[in-house]
Amino acid sequence: MVRMATAANFLLAIGTKKGLWLATSQDRREWSFTGPHFLMSEIPSIGIDTREGRTRILVGISSPHWGPTVAHSDDLGATWTEPEQGAIKFPEDTGAALERVWQIYPDAGSRPGVVWAGAEPISVWKSTDGGEHFELNRGLWDHPHRSEWGAGYGGAAAHSIVVHPDGETVHVAMSTGGVYRSFDAGTSWEARNRGISAYFMPDPNPEFGQCVHKIAADAAADGRLYAQNHHGVYRTDDNADTWTSIAEGLPADFGFVMLAHPRRAGTAWVIPLKADGERIPPDGKLAVHRTEDAGETWTRLSTGLPEHEYNSILRDAASVDAAEPAGVYFGTRGGSVYASADEGGTFAEVASHLPDVLCVRAAVVAGA
Amino acid sequence: MLPSVLQPLAGGQSVLTAPAGGPMTVRELLDAVAAEYAVLGRRLRDETGALRRFVNIYVGGDEVRRLKGLETEVEPGQEVLVIQSVAGG
Repeated sequence: MVRMATAANFLLAIGTKKGLWLATSQDRREWSFTGPHFLMSEIPSIGIDTREGRTRILVGISSPHWGPTVAHSDDLGATWTEPEQGAIKFPEDTGAALERVWQIYPDAGSRPGVVWAGAEPISVWKSTDGGEHFELNRGLWDHPHRSEWGAGYGGAAAHSIVVHPDGETVHVAMSTGGVYRSFDAGTSWEARNRGISAYFMPDPNPEFGQCVHKIAADAAADGRLYAQNHHGVYRTDDNADTWTSIAEGLPADFGFVMLAHPRRAGTAWVIPLKADGERIPPDGKLAVHRTEDAGETWTRLSTGLPEHEYNSILRDAASVDAAEPAGVYFGTRGGSVYASADEGGTFAEVASHLPDVLCVRAAVVAGA
Repeated sequence: MLPSVLQPLAGGQSVLTAPAGGPMTVRELLDAVAAEYAVLGRRLRDETGALRRFVNIYVGGDEVRRLKGLETEVEPGQEVLVIQSVAGG
């Protein structure tokens, strides 16, 4: 169902290094904020679950002192609930302890209650009760490649989970390890990185070990996905069997963000950064780049963005909403958050001087 | 004794007491705390039972990592302090 912007309410959730801010809007221009929630805890992951006629906000919380946990709110942040024993808890036989929840991904509307999570150490989790309790995905945990997966600067984590509407095809991306695919709803996993360069490895084209930063599925749900890598922007048309570069036309092939349109096939957004060694927008000029032809061509979008910006945009600090036209949102490590109600055509700064923005999620919600 | 930031997880109490027939280890003491206040227990230790890195526990004025860790013995009546270490930015 497409909800028209004129009849909708919007929720914007901003996870930062020192807490969570929530904002609601009728028009995606004027926003009312609450926060900080969970002051002094990092909020690296947020899921907004609008299925079953309710709005549930799920947040991954990490305190440097008191550890990681997951909480949820069904009243737009007025109250929060944290399961007594923890929503995500490694089974005793693994000998592992949860470090950080990097991803919270509500599944399709046809599978109400199913919520996936990606975490550090590299692990995928699935809940069938709306995110109150998660179960470890053993297929990935016991994968023979595990001992060879590495840690990127931010830690070793499964940070992207993409579930096909069929419920059987699941793609996971991890840093570092690359893209893994399951055709049996997560029971077994295979590395799927052919065509993606790992220039920092002795063999630059390994089966796995790539440093993928973010993946997103095209709206057509026909096996097309997009990937922003640690240098390299790619597309697959065959469920990740092969990847081809779509970086031509971008000012840089480095970055963290990859967003796909919620409905329109071929449309995706990236936010390029100059390089691994210079993690700033190219020439200090911040811009979002949008393709409407699956990466064949790119359009630079910077209307409403500042003239100079030297902060980077992290992998989950960007989101789209499902309205028509789609909204595009992102936050910087300098604590600014920008929103566009016209698919990136024009942006406005909706928050500034927040702590480093780690995660942004936006959704059309009822009764905001 | 708990730091103020953790007291809401113990019903607002700053001091918790545990019944002891004799000496008990810090681990047993934390198990007793976790049995009554599960969320508080998870703030202090991870699911493997290890003390979180920036949580310091003092027994008799010494941090338990410099004693016998979680096996450090606590005498009946002895005070155990939970203190967050200086970390972060």
